[in-house]
Amino acid sequence: LPSLAIHHQPEKHPDRSIPDPHQDTFSKNVLGFWMYLMTDCLLFGALFCTYAVLHNGTFGGPTSRDIFDLNIAFVETMILLLSSVTCGLAMLSAVKRRTNAVKAWLAVTFLLGALFVAIELTEFSMLVQEGNSWKRSAFLSAFFTLVGTHGLHVSAGLLWILVMIGQFFYWGLTVDTFRRLTIFSMFWHFLDLIWIFIFTFVYLMGVI
Amino acid sequence: MSGNHELNLNETLNEWHGSLKSYLIGFILSLLLTIASFGLVITRLLQGPALVVTIVGLALTQAIVQVLFFLHLGKEAKPKWESVTLYSTVATLLIIVIGTLWIMYDLNNRVMPGM
Repeated sequence: LPSLAIHHQPEKHPDRSIPDPHQDTFSKNVLGFWMYLMTDCLLFGALFCTYAVLHNGTFGGPTSRDIFDLNIAFVETMILLLSSVTCGLAMLSAVKRRTNAVKAWLAVTFLLGALFVAIELTEFSMLVQEGNSWKRSAFLSAFFTLVGTHGLHVSAGLLWILVMIGQFFYWGLTVDTFRRLTIFSMFWHFLDLIWIFIFTFVYLMGVI
Repeated sequence: MSGNHELNLNETLNEWHGSLKSYLIGFILSLLLTIASFGLVITRLLQGPALVVTIVGLALTQAIVQVLFFLHLGKEAKPKWESVTLYSTVATLLIIVIGTLWIMYDLNNRVMPGM
């Protein structure tokens, strides 16, 4: 990159005893996507803070104790955890070059993810029908924003799975499809990680 | 510059660090930690601040478990840029979270007393 090299003084005696492995497209993409996930962490961190601050601003409306159902939250948690594992099984099948197993595990992951989104949407629509939408209070605005942002991420992931299955049908296992699958698996595991904090800070602490 | 060395499929597959064992360990630990969290809250074995501290601890433990066994952090070759990025993100997160809770919670209480 000569345009960048103008301002860069190369080291006189660079240490080449440890070669930097991040030279190929795979490593660069994985690292770059990891950095995106880290910025997404900051986004969710800000939303969690907003929720924590506004949690008691119920404005005469329902509190978290009145509206949260731990059974639903537990089922959602289990579904997302299972889908994280099936996503990992898709990766393991890819490493063993079993393309059909990759498609099958991706399909299972999709079904579990779709079930998760369906349960979440049912929960949201029940709240809205009872008059407890995001317009009701600051607490509910923060709740819908935080949990809804996570749900949007999962929905984007669902679309991504469909594209991945299509690519595996069309191209099979190649350097490119494997790289995309790897990055998708990072995204999916990351969403499961964020959910840990949602079920703890929103649902469990909401009923204590 | 040392140039771009592109990997073939075999080399790319070897770049990935997951294994069935790590997924099984991650899954079982996550399952146990989740059941412990929900169980403690439903049965009320603990009360008040002790309960809150315990489930937050369980959540942080599960987050670390998933980062290690699902996202395979720390398995990449040196220099470990992913770990470095994570540490700087955690530092930024702590500043955001602690700063927000400290300042905004205090402001909120002063501006809207009794809410």
